[in-house]
Amino acid sequence: MFKHLKQLTSLFAMIAVLFAFTTEAMAKKSKTLKNTQKKGFVRCGVSQGLPGFSNADASGNWTGIDVDVCRAVAAAVLGDANKVKFTPLSAKERFTALTSGEIDVLARNTTWTLSRDADIGLTFVGVNFYDGQGFMVRKSSGITSVDQFKNGISACTNIGTTTELNMRDFFNSRGISYEPVAFEKADEVVAAYDAGRCDTYTTDKSGLAAQRTKMKNPDEHIVLPETISKEPLGPVVRQGDAVWEDIVRWSLNTMIEAEEYGITSANADSMKTSDNPQIKRLVGAEGEMGAAFGLDNEWNLRIIKQVGNYGESYKRNIADTGILPDRGPNQLWTKGGILYVPPAR
Amino acid sequence: MNNKIKRILPQLLTILFVVFVFGFFTINAQVNMDNRGIDFGFGFLSQEASFDMQFTLLDYDGQDSYLWAYVVALLNTLLVSFLGIIFCTILGVIIGVARLSQNFLIKNSAAWYVEFFRNIPLLLQIFFWYYAALRALPLPENAQPWFGVTYMTIKGYYIPSMIWENLNVFMSCLIAAIVAIIFIRVYAKKIQEREGKQLPVLYISLALITILPLLSFLIGGVTLNFEMPVLKQLAQTSFIFEGGIALPPELIALVLALSLYTSTFVAECVRAGIQGISKGQKEAAASVGLTPNQILKLVIMPQALRIIIPPTTNQYLNLTKNSSLAAAIAYPDLVLVFAGTALMQTGKAIEIVGITMLTYLSISLAIAALMNWYNKRIEIKEK
Repeated sequence: MFKHLKQLTSLFAMIAVLFAFTTEAMAKKSKTLKNTQKKGFVRCGVSQGLPGFSNADASGNWTGIDVDVCRAVAAAVLGDANKVKFTPLSAKERFTALTSGEIDVLARNTTWTLSRDADIGLTFVGVNFYDGQGFMVRKSSGITSVDQFKNGISACTNIGTTTELNMRDFFNSRGISYEPVAFEKADEVVAAYDAGRCDTYTTDKSGLAAQRTKMKNPDEHIVLPETISKEPLGPVVRQGDAVWEDIVRWSLNTMIEAEEYGITSANADSMKTSDNPQIKRLVGAEGEMGAAFGLDNEWNLRIIKQVGNYGESYKRNIADTGILPDRGPNQLWTKGGILYVPPAR
Repeated sequence: MNNKIKRILPQLLTILFVVFVFGFFTINAQVNMDNRGIDFGFGFLSQEASFDMQFTLLDYDGQDSYLWAYVVALLNTLLVSFLGIIFCTILGVIIGVARLSQNFLIKNSAAWYVEFFRNIPLLLQIFFWYYAALRALPLPENAQPWFGVTYMTIKGYYIPSMIWENLNVFMSCLIAAIVAIIFIRVYAKKIQEREGKQLPVLYISLALITILPLLSFLIGGVTLNFEMPVLKQLAQTSFIFEGGIALPPELIALVLALSLYTSTFVAECVRAGIQGISKGQKEAAASVGLTPNQILKLVIMPQALRIIIPPTTNQYLNLTKNSSLAAAIAYPDLVLVFAGTALMQTGKAIEIVGITMLTYLSISLAIAALMNWYNKRIEIKEK
């Protein structure tokens, strides 16, 4: 009897080990990737309209550097950068949409902070724009620096953003009493500030530059030189799918590294015969760079060909539209900026 | 026995079904939250909120907890609802009575008012008052004083604030006056029932409520000073009023929109109530020699109120719930602050939305309970 029991337990143990191996092997495959390939499009959360980052034109075509991250992911996993379904989200809705599984990538000028990364079931995969919070005022006010702010100043901003918290830290540390007027939508903030409800409008500087173009008379407003916070903006994915996280991270990294090595959408194909092995890796001509994600070998080539490198994306969306012609910190580390990504090898 | 089973079985099944559905959703939510690494709990309520609010009734600072932010935001919601209910009632009664006026102009303008304001969506009306009407107001530096001392500007309505000395003496005089008035009314009613004599209650009440507080100024050592709003320059073209009380334009727009909109429904309730009283009542009252005012006050209204109160309660509840549209125009109410900013900063969606729903439910039930109590008081007492 006991002998049988022993055999039985070892049998169970064997089955358990086998089962553990299979689940281990299954875990390597990303559930999000599988779903995306089954659906045939990447579900991407974007802003409700921020020129340069994510903005839809009259016929519903989305453009912007955040949009390009989603397009890069679509090019990598589906082979077509246009297979993206964009969901416009308010600052308040964005994280719930991601954690509840309504979208799979959130590329919505979202600041990477400890509490967001750690608390609410999210994982930030990188930074696609280094930003900082600033202030916009009317030129006629004669204010040229935040040092001229006085007690009683009213500041318009968005709710549900890090902006609201930075603003408090800034005014408190300077001992200035202020009136915060916080709206849910960016358009409402702009309308209220433009009408004279507030003395200043505060948000990320790139946002200020972009919203300025929407004002009745953009030339009447200036963005003050001071930056009061660090706002690294980047794409976010749900916690718990490490492979999908890697795919999004390396789609972004590929765009940045392609610029570093001078690979553009125009010359990508010809780079396959380059002498530099790193360039060859970036266009899928050497190594097995896609296997670890469950993708083919030319996933990065497709990103570069269909979306372009980071520099092209920046030029197309932010520089040429007149939002921020100067790349500032968003320049490659080799050219004096802080864009530095781990090597794809 | 068989009948008993027949009776109990459907109820048992219903209960089982409800338990099953709730259980399913709870377990589902739990599993999903576990999978996504979100934990459930109310511990965040004691954390530092670290955001500021534009307008608060009690002292609030970003260093306070989320719980306190909730309380302060709740008070803002209650303030808007309270002001809205007061104004919509006053306006509604006036418009409702005006609709029954014999005067062609009054009657028709009241009807137009009702049709106009109740047929435009409330959110649009809020946007109108906030973005169109209030935006047309002058900047602080161009504001002309209203009534000499108050200023209506795009940044808000600035009124003088009162600085009291010995406020408690004044308040006790006021309370004493009110108590005295209640006693006199009860006494006057008794006299009228016993002897048929009418006391001039209104004049006595007016005299009491002015003379007693006045006395507190003369001999109670009460003083009242006003702090006037004063224009202050922040920058070359940027001004603000300092001192006094500032009512933010968001509050004004919201109260205006809510009370104008809801007053149309209240007006219809009032009209229905008055028209629901048979003509005979009015004619009988007239035949015993009551004046038109007395007829309305003593005969029509007491009966009409029984018809008016229940549907009006619904309108009060609607107004309270509609006040959550505040979020659209940056008035820091419960939805904007707690279900907005706090939700965002903590990521506790289920907890915060749950608390917010329970809060609105409680406010609505409280208003309904109050109105039901009032309804009970005025309904026909059958002997």
